[in-house]
Amino acid sequence: MNSDTQLDLWEVFIQSKSGQPYIHAGSIHASDMKMAMQNARDTYTRRGEGTSIWVVPSKYIVASNPDDNAMLFDPSNDKIYRHPTFYVMPEGAKNI
Amino acid sequence: MHNEHSDSNFQSRIDKGEHIEARDYMPENYRKHLIRQMSQHAHSEVIGMQPEGNWITRAPSLRSKQILLAKIQDEGGHGLYLYSAAETLGISRQELIQSLHSGKAKYSNIFNYPALNWADIGAIGWLVDGAAIVNQVSLQRTSYGPYSRAMVRICKEESFHQRQGYEIMAKMMKGTKDQQAMAQDAMNRWWWPSLMMFGPHDTDSPRSSDAVKWRIKRETNDELRQKFIDKTIPQAELIGLKVPDDKIKLDEKTGHYKIGEINWEEFQRVVAGHGPCNKQRLDHHKLYFNQGAWVREAAEAYKQKHLKQEMQTI
Repeated sequence: MNSDTQLDLWEVFIQSKSGQPYIHAGSIHASDMKMAMQNARDTYTRRGEGTSIWVVPSKYIVASNPDDNAMLFDPSNDKIYRHPTFYVMPEGAKNI
Repeated sequence: MHNEHSDSNFQSRIDKGEHIEARDYMPENYRKHLIRQMSQHAHSEVIGMQPEGNWITRAPSLRSKQILLAKIQDEGGHGLYLYSAAETLGISRQELIQSLHSGKAKYSNIFNYPALNWADIGAIGWLVDGAAIVNQVSLQRTSYGPYSRAMVRICKEESFHQRQGYEIMAKMMKGTKDQQAMAQDAMNRWWWPSLMMFGPHDTDSPRSSDAVKWRIKRETNDELRQKFIDKTIPQAELIGLKVPDDKIKLDEKTGHYKIGEINWEEFQRVVAGHGPCNKQRLDHHKLYFNQGAWVREAAEAYKQKHLKQEMQTI
């Protein structure tokens, strides 16, 4: 068994400002959760980029297949009634 | 000694305008308050599909049917955002649903009223969603991060809901005498319950002070209600609808409308389970939840089968 594995791959998500969504920053290698957090911090937030970090083992990320994009991300242009501008408001209507 | 797991440190984070994330320290009562409020919010989205769902097959045109379907689909999605956000607090979906079914958890009282005719769909979109939006816009700045982010998504998607309702009302008010009467009748029935959606007056709202202190709520019940009143009355007048309240008066000095007394006895009666549709709404939810049990069982069996296969390949 090869023990020189370079460790496992983890994905790093950074929250730039309190309350904001966590956004993918990149990946790191680590042997466990503690090392993953430390490496994520050292690699991606050296200049105050974040207020919070999530790390997730990459093997647990399930990604969509680009071949399915047409099906998954159909812009639904035939369903324009999902947008507020589709509706006719009476002249002079405010705050709506 | 500085202790990051103390209630005073928590409060100072809140006071600085910081948001709390799922893994951060939080007082037990903050967690409990959030679970109660977020689950009530989630249940409201889902139970709220029922009065509108009642009209899908009877929508007066293909256009209005498509719109109604899209709106109800959104409400279901909003329920999912909120259930998931509540689950970050360590409660399971199963527990949340059980609390709804046992009556321990509530949903918005407004959905215990029936949607009797097509004008009600207009009134629900304009008034009920309108009131919900005032509340939700404020909640975008709530102190719990996952709740706040769910609210941002929901507000963005809801922006069409109120306009489609107002469009229905405006169209009916331009229609025949009968259509105008239907619109006015819906207005009469939905106005007061919509005002009650914001909850009791601040002076009678026992949990409000904690929620404001923790910045779960950013504005009080009465502040939010006033916002809704001030923007809705001119909208009603513009299309010729009469607000069913003889005491309404615009205070020229403050720019705010004053209204008559809200019938809180009715509110309490409906909350206590004696509204027109309480039993129907809950029975319907239980029926379809129970009928879906086999789907959840099949999904669980599928999961176990795949786990076994994965174990064998290792």
